[in-house]
Amino acid sequence: MAIGVKTVRRPRENTSYLRATLRGMALTFRHLVDPRKVTIEYPDEKPPLSPRWRGTHRMAVHADGRPKCVACGLCPTICPANCIRLVPGEDDQGNRYPVVYEIDEFRCIFCGMCQEVCPVEAIHVGQDYENSEYTRERFVYDLDRLMAQDHDVTALWDPEDPLGQ
Amino acid sequence: MIHEIGALGPIALIISHLTKIVIVFSVTMVVVALLTLAERKISAWIQDRLGPNRVGPGGLLQPAADGLKNLLKEETRPLAASRVFFLLAPALSITPALITFAVVPFAAPLPTPWGLVDMVIADLPIGVLYILAISSLGVYGIVMAGWSSNNKYAFLGALRAGAQMVSYEVSLGLSLVPVFMIAGNVTLTQVVWTQQQELGLWLAFPLGLSFLLFAIAAFAETNRLPFDVAEAESELVTGYHTEYSSMKFSMFFIAEYANVLTASALMATLFLGGWDIPFWNGDDMRVTAPGIVEGAAPHVLKTLATLAVFGLKTLFFVFVFMWVRWTVPRFRYDQIMHLGWKVMLPSALGYVTLMALSILVLDQIGIPFGFVYGLILTGINLVATAFFLFVIDRDRVITGSAPASTGLSALPSGIEAVRVRRRAPAAVSESLEV
Repeated sequence: MAIGVKTVRRPRENTSYLRATLRGMALTFRHLVDPRKVTIEYPDEKPPLSPRWRGTHRMAVHADGRPKCVACGLCPTICPANCIRLVPGEDDQGNRYPVVYEIDEFRCIFCGMCQEVCPVEAIHVGQDYENSEYTRERFVYDLDRLMAQDHDVTALWDPEDPLGQ
Repeated sequence: MIHEIGALGPIALIISHLTKIVIVFSVTMVVVALLTLAERKISAWIQDRLGPNRVGPGGLLQPAADGLKNLLKEETRPLAASRVFFLLAPALSITPALITFAVVPFAAPLPTPWGLVDMVIADLPIGVLYILAISSLGVYGIVMAGWSSNNKYAFLGALRAGAQMVSYEVSLGLSLVPVFMIAGNVTLTQVVWTQQQELGLWLAFPLGLSFLLFAIAAFAETNRLPFDVAEAESELVTGYHTEYSSMKFSMFFIAEYANVLTASALMATLFLGGWDIPFWNGDDMRVTAPGIVEGAAPHVLKTLATLAVFGLKTLFFVFVFMWVRWTVPRFRYDQIMHLGWKVMLPSALGYVTLMALSILVLDQIGIPFGFVYGLILTGINLVATAFFLFVIDRDRVITGSAPASTGLSALPSGIEAVRVRRRAPAAVSESLEV
């Protein structure tokens, strides 16, 4: 089928090149002199994060410096990406503690289920996104690294307040 | 009023010329570098961004950083490119852009202890012709770059640049004819003198339409939006300089901005009085012979003030160039050809005739060449400009909806034209008519 050309008759003021151009120039000039700009100067100035932003993990710590983790094994079980490696241990008093606790942040999908499932509120996802490294190995966070993190932790989703207000 | 300052001796003449050349060249290059920053800043502000502000105060050292980066980048040469022309093209495009500036007078004459120094590198008797000739050479660099790259996009860009240059060169030249008719001369210093003293009116008023046509043609000549089909990054990668890298690419960039600067300086000189300070006669002077000034007495401060005024006028046009670039979208190729041949050329021709007629009639009536003469021409130009704008406003091709008959009858025989309009239900066509 050949191509037909359909012409829509529009009023002059809608099709005039000159008038459109002048209106456009006026618009751009208004924006040019408008002191309000949308740029966020990133390293100096950071955009606000949602309280439910889920970034890299943080392990909560007791006052004496031990991790709060009791090595119950719920987080590696529920982790859909299978990124948590936990080797449990037990001391003389029968307290369980993690001998090895590693999170591969490359495998992690930041669903936050580890935080939700943790019975002692030990592992958290956090308000952090500046986590570049020079090698891939550095992205496997071990227990010491997780305990050393100091960013804020993510607010859990509350069914009573689904929008986080 | 004639002031005799004294001519320069032969050695002083050579020294003054070399000094002027070095100063004008370096100032032009620095300003061109800053224009790249200005372009980025203005584009950013128009788009509600901040623009580059990390290198130096307010981003002022950004051009230096860019230049350093371009010098240190790897230089590639396509295997299939024609070696000689590939290397020659950037030089050929940057040279005309820079040497055009030689004939632009940029300030009032400067009195020195050794004699009077003209503030123009070469006050050629054929000033404007020189500009027209040299500025057309700029397209050789572009065409050569596109052809020698052996790249289809670059080649298409070069073809477009060539066609566009040919189309708008005509209107550019024709739009300047009334300027010569008024000034009676093609020397740029004489054009400035006419505006300062003889007419007492900047030529943007008595030759308003000329100014408009020249501005449009200048946009096309400098390949700036809305006429940048030679680059057309959304269609042709980057057009003629697709295959260029590092400093050679940068040279095309410098050439573009140098062209913008030159075109702005020309518009300021030809139509806004050059270095003339408005509403003040203390700077109205011209050099009649080496060392002899007619008009007001030259002074160092006057030279500096006129230089500043010239810079302001030029930068104003540079700003308009950038402002337009970040507002107006690119023309379609057929729209460019249409505007060039079917609108600009007849308008310029008719306008030249009209102005020649008006000048002849005014001279016959016996109105002395002066302010009143200029005002009458201003009136005629207002009418002519209004008519020109009215015609452009009715123009169906630029506005983008050609009459239905042209679209359908242009099809070759044997192809059945389907009249969509006839078949479309009434409700649909009505809803489109907003």
